[in-house]
Amino acid sequence: MSVQVWTYILVAITFSLYIGIALATRVRDTRSFYIAGQGIPPLWNGMAIAADWMSAASFLSITGIIAFSGYDGSVYLMGWTGGYVLLALLIAPFLRRFGKFTVPDFVGDRYGSQALRALAALTAILISFVYVAGQMRGVGVVFSRFLNTDITTGVIIGVFLVFLYASLSGMKGITWTQVSQYIVLILAFIIPAAAISLQLSGNPIPQLGFLNIVGDLDSLQRDLGFAAYTAQNKTNTDIFAITMALMVGTAGLPHVITRFYTTPTVQGARTSAIWAIVFIAILYTTVPALAIFAKTNLINSLENKPYASAPAWFKNWEKTKLVVFTDKNGDGLMQYKPGAAFLKTPTGGNDFAKPDPANANELYIDNDILVLATPEVANLSPFLIALVAAGGLAAALSTASGLLITVSGAVAHDIYYKLINPNASEGARLLAGRITVGVAAIAAGYFGINPPGFVAQVVALAFGLAAASFFPLLVLGIFDKRMNWQGAMSGLLLGLGFTLIYIINFTPSLGGRGAPADLFLGISTTGIGTVGMVINFVVAFAVSRLTPAPSQHVQDLVESVRYPSGTLTEAQSH
Amino acid sequence: MTQPPGSTSTAPPGPAHSGLTAEQRLGYWRSNLTLTLSLLAVWFVVPYLFGIIFSTNLNAVKLVQAPLGFWIAQQGSIYVFIILIAIYAFRMNALDRATGVDG
Repeated sequence: MSVQVWTYILVAITFSLYIGIALATRVRDTRSFYIAGQGIPPLWNGMAIAADWMSAASFLSITGIIAFSGYDGSVYLMGWTGGYVLLALLIAPFLRRFGKFTVPDFVGDRYGSQALRALAALTAILISFVYVAGQMRGVGVVFSRFLNTDITTGVIIGVFLVFLYASLSGMKGITWTQVSQYIVLILAFIIPAAAISLQLSGNPIPQLGFLNIVGDLDSLQRDLGFAAYTAQNKTNTDIFAITMALMVGTAGLPHVITRFYTTPTVQGARTSAIWAIVFIAILYTTVPALAIFAKTNLINSLENKPYASAPAWFKNWEKTKLVVFTDKNGDGLMQYKPGAAFLKTPTGGNDFAKPDPANANELYIDNDILVLATPEVANLSPFLIALVAAGGLAAALSTASGLLITVSGAVAHDIYYKLINPNASEGARLLAGRITVGVAAIAAGYFGINPPGFVAQVVALAFGLAAASFFPLLVLGIFDKRMNWQGAMSGLLLGLGFTLIYIINFTPSLGGRGAPADLFLGISTTGIGTVGMVINFVVAFAVSRLTPAPSQHVQDLVESVRYPSGTLTEAQSH
Repeated sequence: MTQPPGSTSTAPPGPAHSGLTAEQRLGYWRSNLTLTLSLLAVWFVVPYLFGIIFSTNLNAVKLVQAPLGFWIAQQGSIYVFIILIAIYAFRMNALDRATGVDG
């Protein structure tokens, strides 16, 4: 059977599974809708956190980004895993002990301020929204590449599916779909990686296999005029700042934090963090190894080879413009050299009609191709190639559903119930939650079909904002009893404001006109969240010490999230 | 409906409702802070110092073909993160049990 037939079969099976799970776990109360009734065992919660975390970009693009940036790509590997240490030690167990529905819930109660609750809810919506649009786009992209549908059809199918299962079964249902999605995506990722590792290094474990060939890749790259793969190109300051911003941003992303609310106990929240990092590490330690194998294979099979006899996978993916060849010197051979093969269009894309005469590079290679083409490179069966499509969809859908529940919580719980209509009945609140999921899914789909110019900056934006807002807000709320709403509000506004303005100023697609030479200490927009976080911490601390201490009620609340207060025994005795 | 542990309880949680003495609470929080700070020290040193600042120096050492600083940045630090989170969870869960209260 062909790859396309297998893809249809696998997509049909996995989508039916997701809908089946949703039907089996339908919910009728807000506690189940937002926090899965706090009944998720740590192992499964860890798996759901991993799926929630690993997005379409983690699955499809990050391997390519690392393959083309070498050592500098380490910022993503360390940043997107190291953030879990901060989350596990500084945030998750305490927010679980607090035990309500959303992150803005904690902010509002801890600081005793409805204004802060509203601001936190708006920030959560903003962060989740820029993120979810990218996921919907991811669904469309997978559909278009494997099933030759247009991106719009793919996005519409994705919106419909996510809306169906997220609104029907809320957090409870998405937990179990995320568990199944993790299994699909991790198999789809590690089977081809193991096959290519065996082929190129003689060892099926990619994490060990790459040790045998990374030095060869270094020499290969140097021979072609590139820097060595393992060499550092960005400055230490920039790499430090980006890694820190991604770590701290990870620990401040509301859709991840919310997943820790779903365990039965505080101890369970800590144990889920172990499982989560283990399941995430399986992917994130395979990624850099696969990047090295794929890059080596790419150079060996294309560089200076006749275009006429290019490998089959090259011809396949050429149709989708993920690889494009232009014979600049007319010798019929493909030369892979530093520099962009093509000139840019005004919107920042590649103009495949205009080869860039300034350099000798004849190949354009999209980031996504490294994961998409690996099974073909390793000569795997059509079934396994199709599994990669199902894996990409699983990664996109699992992250999208977690984000939609977070948006829904911020709108329907924090803003509608807590701020606008505190007398809303349980039924009205649940309905509001379901409607919000629908509206958010449609809006995300719209931006997935018509991506705004800033899509490439989504990472910088989401992580920078989370780093400069939620992380300090939550850590200070737990570890500094003297912190009051005045300090928190000032820190949040200045930290968040600085980060937003800096990112906009240095992002041309957002209308920014800042010159690269004017970057603060040479820190790129992706790393500026680190500075925003420091500003938030310093301002919050200073302002809080100049204003009155928070009320006794707030101080008692801080105490209660710090210690095991005997809630369990007390609740049982009542 | 019975109130499950940790859910929105009506009584404000606080010292009056705690099963712990003031001394126990202080000891518990100190142990937590000591453990957290020591683990965070490792969290900082391994990726930021070994994986970034001094990575070029460490690259002189090779693991098979892989330069050590590069390996720490792309593999080693992730393994360290797993160990840190596991130590924290095991030690804190044990401390909770020793303190005699769950929840």
